[in-house]
Amino acid sequence: MSGETLYPRLEPLLAQVQKPIQYVGGELNAQVKAWDDVAVHWALMYPDAYEVGLPNQGLMILYEVLNERDDALAERTYAVWPDLAALMREHGVGQFTVDAHRPVADFDLLGVSFATELGYTNLLEALDLAGVPLHAVDRDASHPVVVAGGHAAFNPEPIADFVDCAVLGDGEQVVGDITDVVRAWKEQGRPGGREELLARLARVEGVYVPRFYAVSYGPDGAIAAVTRTRDDVPARVGKRTVMDLDEWPYPKQPLVPMAESVHERMSVEIFRGCTRGCRFCQAGMITRPVRERTITGIGSMVDQGLRATGYEEVGLLSLSSADHSEIGQLAKELADRYEGTNTGLSLPSTRVDAFNVTLANELSRNGRRSGLTFAPEGGSERIRRVINKTVSKDDLVRTVTTAYANGWQQVKLYFMCGLPTETDEDVLEIADLAVEVIRAGRAASGRKDIRCTVSIGGFVPKPHTPFQWAGQASAETIDSRLRLLRQAINADRRIGRSIGLRYHDGEPGIVEGLLSRGDRRVGRVVERVWREGGRFDGWSEHFSYERWTAAAAAELPPLGVDLDWYTTRERIEHEVLPWDHLDSGLDKEWLWDDWQDALSEEEVADCRWTPCYDCGVCPTNGTEIQIGPTGRSLLPLTVVGR
Amino acid sequence: MARQPTGPPPPPTVQRLRLRYTKRGPLRFASHRDLARALERALRRARVPMAFSAGFSPHPKISYVGAAPTGAASEAEYVEIGLAEVRDPDEVRAALDASLPPGVDVLECVEAAEGGGSLADRIDAAAWRVELPGVEPEDLAAAVAAFLAREEVTVAKRTKNGLRDVDARAAVAAASAGGTAGCAILSLVVRQVTPAVRPDDVLAALTAVADLRPPLPPRAVREAQGRLDDSGTVADPLGPDRAARARCQGERATV
Repeated sequence: MSGETLYPRLEPLLAQVQKPIQYVGGELNAQVKAWDDVAVHWALMYPDAYEVGLPNQGLMILYEVLNERDDALAERTYAVWPDLAALMREHGVGQFTVDAHRPVADFDLLGVSFATELGYTNLLEALDLAGVPLHAVDRDASHPVVVAGGHAAFNPEPIADFVDCAVLGDGEQVVGDITDVVRAWKEQGRPGGREELLARLARVEGVYVPRFYAVSYGPDGAIAAVTRTRDDVPARVGKRTVMDLDEWPYPKQPLVPMAESVHERMSVEIFRGCTRGCRFCQAGMITRPVRERTITGIGSMVDQGLRATGYEEVGLLSLSSADHSEIGQLAKELADRYEGTNTGLSLPSTRVDAFNVTLANELSRNGRRSGLTFAPEGGSERIRRVINKTVSKDDLVRTVTTAYANGWQQVKLYFMCGLPTETDEDVLEIADLAVEVIRAGRAASGRKDIRCTVSIGGFVPKPHTPFQWAGQASAETIDSRLRLLRQAINADRRIGRSIGLRYHDGEPGIVEGLLSRGDRRVGRVVERVWREGGRFDGWSEHFSYERWTAAAAAELPPLGVDLDWYTTRERIEHEVLPWDHLDSGLDKEWLWDDWQDALSEEEVADCRWTPCYDCGVCPTNGTEIQIGPTGRSLLPLTVVGR
Repeated sequence: MARQPTGPPPPPTVQRLRLRYTKRGPLRFASHRDLARALERALRRARVPMAFSAGFSPHPKISYVGAAPTGAASEAEYVEIGLAEVRDPDEVRAALDASLPPGVDVLECVEAAEGGGSLADRIDAAAWRVELPGVEPEDLAAAVAAFLAREEVTVAKRTKNGLRDVDARAAVAAASAGGTAGCAILSLVVRQVTPAVRPDDVLAALTAVADLRPPLPPRAVREAQGRLDDSGTVADPLGPDRAARARCQGERATV
């Protein structure tokens, strides 16, 4: 019988592993439905450790949306740590869901959300543990349909051999469409087997089925063409866009784990999409247009979520939260509502803008002012024009100084290294900036114990952005610039001791770059790395650069390409990019023009406040910007804990 | 000057409640920290009017007593909470029980008697029941007899500071074997000592003295905690509070 629990066989193994609580499920607001009551069974996977995957909003939303349907159930599964994986193999226990501990192999669909490409080896590990053939072509009608989603699915080519479909864009509606297709096919007695099911899925808007597209390569190693092999599938696959976020107030019942997770708070997404136009930012490019949730919609989600979870902190989530058209009023009214309740409110890292200090002050007026995070991203004014995140040095210093003067003791500044056209001088300006910030901050606050933390990582060019043509900086370049930066910060001890530097080495970024802009040939590298023990590539204690470079050196040169070809090589204008047949709505010509503007340090304004600059998204998808203000206010409520 | 919270200090504790709760089923794999987080959130959801410490990061007044190790189940975990408003203990018990995940069940809630001493002072031993699937009762009985006959049995215990030798024998006040064919049951009464001696350590000692090697992972349940009295039983740590309350109600009834 299908869907039977593996728990009795799993339990003895749990006594022998680290943090067993992550495998037992039973989270607050988790749901277990009877297997035979529904037609379609979804296993939803976040391909990283439970503590990282559980708080993922995307997975939580789809879990709830699917479980609300009478004809479907959804359960969750996460990457299993190597200690348990070894025991599972030894005892013949397959990859399981944490909800009812059902075998993943029994489900109709396995949906995997890729926030980052570094989860690819964990997908292979999960498939192997589940007993599902690694390669899509080896699967039959009894195996789950493996569906990739999330931002990395906008270029799923490196995992095209391992997934059956990739879904582009927002998942809320498309999971329902997929469920309908699978249900109908099962009810009709599975006509045409797996091939027919996949062909039907390929006709669902936003669903890409790689097997129906053939890739050919030219003598220079670049792609010659990507052509569909059936005429009943679209030549280009477009993304899905959910309009009117107020109609999708998910998660309504956020999951609360017993185990510790990376986000010990509840999140409410206050808008989706971003048109700031930061040229490095894939999220901002592929999630257009901006769609705001209304102030009243946000207010009721915050209230419901707190009641349902017992969390004491709420994050107001989006790509640039201070840009919500009603944010000032929202911050004030939420702070009023939760005054005296020990409920914290927070914004994720924000643009460098004095208004953001005002907002943070308002949100924290009942609590502690520990740290505030800004993301200037580029070290010099010049490089900030290149990436289209313009803020003058004076404004930056003034904003951070205002934060210190308002009682914030610690300011964190996010930067990237290895941006296109960057020189050592651009990065070294970060040190000048940090020193000036501390000097001015000490003067303005009258305190010596203020701190500034500079957090910096290597830039990875991403598909569907103006920088998709850029040559990635080598790991050596990144490491050498970071070394210079560290020396410059430590040059003056009296100031330097107030500045912290947190950085990531260049090597993992090169692997991320290979996977981000790779094509189907890179799948062989992923598979070899997994076969040689590669797992949890996002974790420094598991990541092995040598394993990746060795696998790339073994697999790629016979095909006429190599690691550098995928990473540090700059692309030419008309090169066929592996994701050209996947449509984020962005016009490729506009992206190229924006890339040229970047090289000549020209900025582009946000289309929310200036005329449309023809990025292509709205006309392609029939969408439009949805912003307020609505003119509404939050209603008074009796709140938890007052 | 550091910022200070504006407004009045938080209200003081006006009532202390002592709870006995369980850790059953899959939730035996929860650690103490996991349980503490779950309890704090459940208190918020159940709208229990907690008293808080002062300062910018106020903490609810909760004192935990000797948590069972990760992987061990328990029928007798104890915690004391401080409330800013007086509540009926039975109502708090029911509300909190409903708000905690199944498996963490609140069995009792009593008001702490004034001047009755701390809860921790009423606990110096625990009674354990350890199921040993795959072990025959007579093999266990022989191993227990060999263990009890020793003055001292030293085992290596993994602690935060690496391996450390502990005497598993001295802490054991009583040990007996029972169970059915194919699944022996070890009953233990263990004194609280530092470093703690836990069922795992006693099992390691049984391996050392009698080469008892359970083929499957044992399942331990803490059945009681309290003061070990002269008769060798573990006394109910909430007994004195319950008695004080009954006395108080009795006095009220006679007035």
